[in-house]
Amino acid sequence: MLQAFQQHRWPLVIVWVLIIAAIVAAPAVLPVFGLKLLGRFLSLSIVALGIDLIWGFTGLLSLGQGIFFALGGYAVAMYLQLNSSSEQPNGIPEFFSLYGVDQLPGFWQPFYSPWFTLIAIWLIPALLAALLGNLVFRNRIKGVYFSILTQAALLVFFNFFNGQQKLINGTNGLKTGVTKLFGEEVGSDLMQRGFFWLTALIVILAWLAVRWVVRGRFGEVLIAIRDDEPRLRFAGYNPTLFKTIVFAMAGGLAGIGGALYTVQSGIVSPQYMTVPYSIDMVIWVAVGGRGTLIGAILGALVINLVKFQFQSLWPEGWLFVLGGLFILVVTVLPEGVIGWLQAGGPRNLLTRLGVPRRIGTYPRLEIDGKEEAKS
Amino acid sequence: MTTALLEMRQISVSFDGFMALRDLNLSLQPGELRAVIGPNGAGKTTFLDVITGKLRPTAGDVLFKGRSLLNKPEHRIARLGIGRKFQSPRVFENLTVEENLALAVSHPKRPWPLLSAGLSAVERDRIAHLMGIVSLQTRAHQVAGSLSHGQKQWLEIAMLVGQSPDLLLVDEPVAGLTDEETDLTADLLKSLVGDHTVLVIDHDMEFIRRLESQVSVLHQGHVLCEGSMDQIQCDPRVIEVYLGRNEEAA
Repeated sequence: MLQAFQQHRWPLVIVWVLIIAAIVAAPAVLPVFGLKLLGRFLSLSIVALGIDLIWGFTGLLSLGQGIFFALGGYAVAMYLQLNSSSEQPNGIPEFFSLYGVDQLPGFWQPFYSPWFTLIAIWLIPALLAALLGNLVFRNRIKGVYFSILTQAALLVFFNFFNGQQKLINGTNGLKTGVTKLFGEEVGSDLMQRGFFWLTALIVILAWLAVRWVVRGRFGEVLIAIRDDEPRLRFAGYNPTLFKTIVFAMAGGLAGIGGALYTVQSGIVSPQYMTVPYSIDMVIWVAVGGRGTLIGAILGALVINLVKFQFQSLWPEGWLFVLGGLFILVVTVLPEGVIGWLQAGGPRNLLTRLGVPRRIGTYPRLEIDGKEEAKS
Repeated sequence: MTTALLEMRQISVSFDGFMALRDLNLSLQPGELRAVIGPNGAGKTTFLDVITGKLRPTAGDVLFKGRSLLNKPEHRIARLGIGRKFQSPRVFENLTVEENLALAVSHPKRPWPLLSAGLSAVERDRIAHLMGIVSLQTRAHQVAGSLSHGQKQWLEIAMLVGQSPDLLLVDEPVAGLTDEETDLTADLLKSLVGDHTVLVIDHDMEFIRRLESQVSVLHQGHVLCEGSMDQIQCDPRVIEVYLGRNEEAA
């Protein structure tokens, strides 16, 4: 018992201590610019966790997570804009005057309330996902058709938000950097530090929550849906219900990620709902490793860090790198990097390169079948 | 006479004008074991699709415990107490043997209870018992995808039994099994009779004979005749269907 603890628990405890220490220390060590960057990428890993839940475990490839991501961002940005516009003409956000709007559109009203906003950030995306998902799932639309429909929905939302200047400032989006929260500017160093910690905490909570969902018997049903959905119906389960629930969960997670991303990048705009961006999200999970959760978090984090570094060197080249990465994963590492590591990938690679496998039993007998003569 | 557990009345199924089933009548008494045989294309699988709700009949009605099954989705029909085993074994390949059985045995099949509740002690016992019946105890934690064909067949039968349905629909349970496994499967199915009603579809005559049950012969979507195996084998219509018209006798 104690031995098992020493063998398996200690590395885990050390990893956790290191992670928490890194999170606590990051604001002191990193410059604010770097901290914001890290915080943004951590927000994206919350979105990736949701994608892993629906794609890695349940087999639903959504190319429209950008919708839910952006909705979370818009919710928080609308609140912040309203919270800081009392000195503006008509007491409404400044951009409205550019389009001659002097009355706040009705759907903005509830966003005066911080509590409503806190709930709306995840509940609106989750409800929308539940609605969209249910319509698709109950008609038994599956596989690539589901993916196409989510992408079509994404385009609809993009075009709507992009075109509605008078409602939501159209293509310019909503800025949050100079808005105020608790009397402090959102873009200030102090606030950004707070947002970083909040984001890191939520990543851990989201990871624990998703892990709880997929580890139990609920998760077994999700895997059964991925393996053979029609068969599951004959066992008395209603896959439509399960799929709707996880799609809503992923939508909610994307909304939370979007809100955190928005306050740390200073803007939310229809650019969050472009087709390539939602495909990027899927690639993070594919590269990190579907169905591993940690792979989704690390995939989002690492790819975005690399992307940032790479783009400062050769901006046009990034798409080639990303495309190449995707092809590499699909052809060589279908389980993703973490999936490959978990399946004993490095060991297998060494074996293939001719390094013999160390075995606990009688030496080499199982490998080449002949007993070595003692000299 | 007791009321029938399952009653199919004048069932017709048409695929773009092709009648896969026509005016099919069949009824099963509670606790009965029934075999359904028929040449390829006789509509055996279509017939199971209609009972389990995968396919809606063009005409007719299916009654289970006196209630119509039409317009009910598959999972509701399954919860009413009808279990189905597919022709080729269909188990959840990425779940372990134990998890596969847990899915079948689990009483709550709705999302919310499944999120929080573990398996009850009774359910655990049942799973262990089922693994014992089909000799898969040693493979409890192995993913089902790594089992042999015969083991998958048995796992699926165990899952079917684990659902504890009143009516078991078993489609070609011995396809690809060894003779020994076939015998064991026949014994297993026979042991279920009484508590359960079992309907077996197959065209392995030896296997059907071992079941010692009533046999219905399906031909071109219609029940040609019913009776014991010996009666069936002497019936000139059955011989004609299976072997073609006997020219000398005609």
